Amino acid sequence: MNDMTNKWIGARTIRPDGADKVTGRAQYSADTTMPGMIWGKLLRSPHAHARIRSIDTSKAEALPGVKAVVTQKDIVEFALDKSVMLGIQDMRWMCRNVMAREKALFHGHPIAAVAAISEEVAAHACSLIEVDYEVLPHVIEIEDAIKPDAPILHEWNQFEGKPSNIAGTMVLKAGDIEKGFAEADIVVERTFTTRPVHQGYIEPHACTVSYAADGRVTIWSSSQGQFMVRAMTSLLTGIPQSNIRAIPAEIGGGFGAKTIIYLEPVAVMLSKKSGRPVKMVMTREEVQRATGPAPGSLSTVKIGAKKDGTIVAAQGTFYLQAGGLPGSPLRGPVGCSFAAYAIPNVLSVGYDVVSNRSKVAAYRAPGAPHGAFAAECVIDEIAQALGLDPLDMRLKNSAKAGDKAIYGPTFGAVTFKETIEAIKHHPHYRAPLDKAPRPGVKRGRGVASGFWYNAGGESSVQVNITEDGNVVVTTGHPDVGGSRASIANVVAELIGVDHARVNVMIGDTQTIGFSNLTGGSRVTFASAMVATAATEKVIGQLKERAAKIWGIEAEAVKWEDGMALPAGDNAGKFPPLSLKELAAKANEMGGPIGNQTQLNTTGADPGYATHCVDVEVDVDLGIVRVLRYTAAQDVGRALHPGYVEGQIQGGVVQGIGWALSEEYLYDAKGRVDNASFLDYRMPVCSDVPMIEPIMIEIPNPKHPQGVRGVGEAPIVPPLAAIANAVHDALGKRFYALPMSPPRVSARMDEAN
Amino acid sequence: MTDIRYVAPSTLEEAVGAFAAASGAARILAGGTDLLVQMRNGVVKPGTIIDIKKIAEMTAIEELPDGRIRIGAAVPGVVLAEHPRFGKAWPGVLEAINLIGSKQVQGRASPGGNLCNGSPAGDSVPAMIAAGAVVTVQGPGGRREMPVEAVPAGPGRTNLAPGEIVVAFTLPARPKGSGDAYLRMIPRTEMDIAVVGCGVSLTMAGGVVTAARVGLGAVAPTVLLVEDAAKALIGSRLDDAALEAAAAACRAACKPINDKRGTIAYRIKVAGVLLKRTAAIAAARAGGN
Ligand SMILES: Cc1cc2nc3c(=O)[nH]c(=O)nc-3n(C[C@H](O)[C@H](O)[C@H](O)COP(=O)(O)OP(=O)(O)OC[C@H]3O[C@@H](n4cnc5c(N)ncnc54)[C@H](O)[C@@H]3O)c2cc1C
Repeated sequence: MNDMTNKWIGARTIRPDGADKVTGRAQYSADTTMPGMIWGKLLRSPHAHARIRSIDTSKAEALPGVKAVVTQKDIVEFALDKSVMLGIQDMRWMCRNVMAREKALFHGHPIAAVAAISEEVAAHACSLIEVDYEVLPHVIEIEDAIKPDAPILHEWNQFEGKPSNIAGTMVLKAGDIEKGFAEADIVVERTFTTRPVHQGYIEPHACTVSYAADGRVTIWSSSQGQFMVRAMTSLLTGIPQSNIRAIPAEIGGGFGAKTIIYLEPVAVMLSKKSGRPVKMVMTREEVQRATGPAPGSLSTVKIGAKKDGTIVAAQGTFYLQAGGLPGSPLRGPVGCSFAAYAIPNVLSVGYDVVSNRSKVAAYRAPGAPHGAFAAECVIDEIAQALGLDPLDMRLKNSAKAGDKAIYGPTFGAVTFKETIEAIKHHPHYRAPLDKAPRPGVKRGRGVASGFWYNAGGESSVQVNITEDGNVVVTTGHPDVGGSRASIANVVAELIGVDHARVNVMIGDTQTIGFSNLTGGSRVTFASAMVATAATEKVIGQLKERAAKIWGIEAEAVKWEDGMALPAGDNAGKFPPLSLKELAAKANEMGGPIGNQTQLNTTGADPGYATHCVDVEVDVDLGIVRVLRYTAAQDVGRALHPGYVEGQIQGGVVQGIGWALSEEYLYDAKGRVDNASFLDYRMPVCSDVPMIEPIMIEIPNPKHPQGVRGVGEAPIVPPLAAIANAVHDALGKRFYALPMSPPRVSARMDEAN
Repeated sequence: MTDIRYVAPSTLEEAVGAFAAASGAARILAGGTDLLVQMRNGVVKPGTIIDIKKIAEMTAIEELPDGRIRIGAAVPGVVLAEHPRFGKAWPGVLEAINLIGSKQVQGRASPGGNLCNGSPAGDSVPAMIAAGAVVTVQGPGGRREMPVEAVPAGPGRTNLAPGEIVVAFTLPARPKGSGDAYLRMIPRTEMDIAVVGCGVSLTMAGGVVTAARVGLGAVAPTVLLVEDAAKALIGSRLDDAALEAAAAACRAACKPINDKRGTIAYRIKVAGVLLKRTAAIAAARAGGN
């Protein structure tokens, strides 16, 4: 049931959410209102690092129009000495992130919240809250946070027997690293830095919450998982999950960062205390100061190779910025940086470093771009030193089926080589490049590759046949990257009806079974798997109904093009029964037709990507522009190619911003100085060329349609690909991102 | 929430009267692309808003008999772009105004707002200064004229007296062989604030520069008229030595700050680079005229 002759799988069908989004009807987080609703606002820390001695809310409470005030006392406390996990999130940190407890850990850390009759009154009330702070020295950058005399954020945290800002480590090993380097003909070791970057979703965090008199809570908010919203709110408020209905709104982007919550538990407590529905909406400034970002990094990568390019040893040391509370994504750089290569001797070590900035959140392939930037630049340098084509060097070292992955499992089919070959044989890689087209202008070309694990996990779906013979599918995953359109394609294909007859909806927490986060490139994989299982059961029911009507065995019925038919001449001669006819007879023949399937899905295969980019540098101004970009990726099976291309292009655009322009700037007091889209420079449309995606479709044998996650791998190679291209243009390697105009210009002046 | 009074007078006298009467609590509204943003951010909280777009003179474009062109202070960028002759006479001024924001912003944003907002990075200001534009100002004390470079007083501040409104910009008649240009350095390709902006206006005869003016933005608390750069260009054939001397004058004129938009060293370097590039475009245009 999956080949290139499919009618709907692989078709660029109209997206089900499209009309609502372009006409402004789509309901996002901030669009829900209720009678009697009031507004919640957060008081945020004015200091980057301070002990909270006391909080006096009496003046705020006395202000006319104020209906409730919430502080950390109202949020469930998780003791520091005992970890309570929800997925990869530790509730000790989450409870302290939504509301500061002992200390304010960054400028913008929530200290208290007010609900009042208007946003203005709530904001005014916040200014009346008196907080007694003991201001402490702060530390922002990794380099400073790991110094022996650095201000310590968490006195209880020890590393190597001393209080430290290193809050965790991760080590992966293979072979004997020293022996490996000893065997190498060439060893290159470089240190790289990247800056924290925000996910930059257009929709700020927002929610509307109603705590009813009977203790039942309804939450309207957008997230990458309504079940995460329910579970985390339950843990942080003490309200049982059965009493919390989390309704997913349309989401205006998440890119990983909406896999945790900031506002919902606070709004629930404000609603509980006030007896009124409460709405909270962050400003862009709040989003930039206090949510996300991806960590900054300080990485040292050392790679040893033979003269023929065979890599014999690789060592990576990755420090990631966690923000004010522990939990940076160490498994990204530690596990992914060398994963696509067969390297006998590897030592990969990560350090989780806290400092006085907002707590990091997941961002597309968390941590993997940081590691790939370092590893893929070093590989480029070695290829150059050995006189090898950088793609050939990668081909030579690709992991293969049966190799043991550094992060544990043994690889099945490895489709890395196919992505390298796709670039190698693409006209882009072969096109001549005029490296000095005009005075003061230089051009260069670079390549790099990337790896991401991908994931399966829990997913629930209902497939119901309506009384009039159409199909409604309900899944438990917010649709961030086109999962509704993809599932509609799969179900329409399997049932054999027109795509327009399949309506895919997203259920809320109390109407559909548990479904894990939309993240880790897992949702299309997992939900297509459960939707396939459920649809096959529904088709089984339809065949049984037809068999009953005809008075033959169910095995003697086949399902084709949306109709039940006798399976062969022996089954007898009956006119086909359509889906509509069977639906009309459903009740006489045994009741409603439908199925709910819930699975913990497995079999996700990794994603591989190889990218090629041409850049142009305005040498005097230091401006780097991307001229041409081609991105090859094994996508397994593109259920909806338009969305798959969008994922690849989106990942590349974000990578371009990361490489060239995006960074947080801090002032001397530890405050973000560019908390707006004007000065936090994400690329705009005219900054990026058409990005050409090459979708390589090698079906994942462990998935009914061959699906492989696609959302994360494409953000892994761009940082290194662009740095390698800039090197090709200028003859200089950049080890620090972003390669912004002042940096490039200063670097050009160094030589002169 | 405090109430805001909105008035939209149809004559300049009424506008000046209302502005003076509010004694500091009022704000002039042209396109609002600065003012409304600042109000939303809580930076300014005016008690009265005086919309000047209903005043005919403020939105008129007039070609005077002696060759000068007068543009109302509240004319939006798109209207100037559609004018059949303005862009031919002053391509540099027009490109500077049209660089402001996006299509949507262009429908509203005016040169008067750009100047009176007082940002050292306002894009149209260096081009207007290079053009030798003069503003007509009307206030409780009557009308007066001042060169554009005399208007800015510092970031967010102008030398307008209380109650004064900028009515129009008058650009001088254009001798044959003249051309102007404006370039800015922004890290992105659009929707950004100038790190450095440079306007150059030249008149040339037989390949020799006979008149020049240079305006430089975002490198000091106010947009600058760089007379030394103009001097270096006048009398030259825009040879490398003259251009380098003018670039050096631009660099010397810079008094920039280190901020989130650029470093001191970078801004100074870019000022010189842009001078050379802008002068080259202005010269090519002068040759064509
Ligand atoms: C998305 C966006 C992008 C932008 N991009 C740019 C850019 O690229 N380059 C750039 O330079 N600017 C940019 N701006 C800023 C702004 O658009 C410009 O400064 C614009 O020229 C302001 O004109 P306005 O008519 O909208 O002014 P307003 O907002 O109406 O007024 C600005 C200020 O000047 C005062 N004022 C206006 N007219 C007069 C008058 N005739 N007499 C006295 N005082 C007056 C007002 O009271 C106010 O204080 C951008 C703004 C936005 C929102």
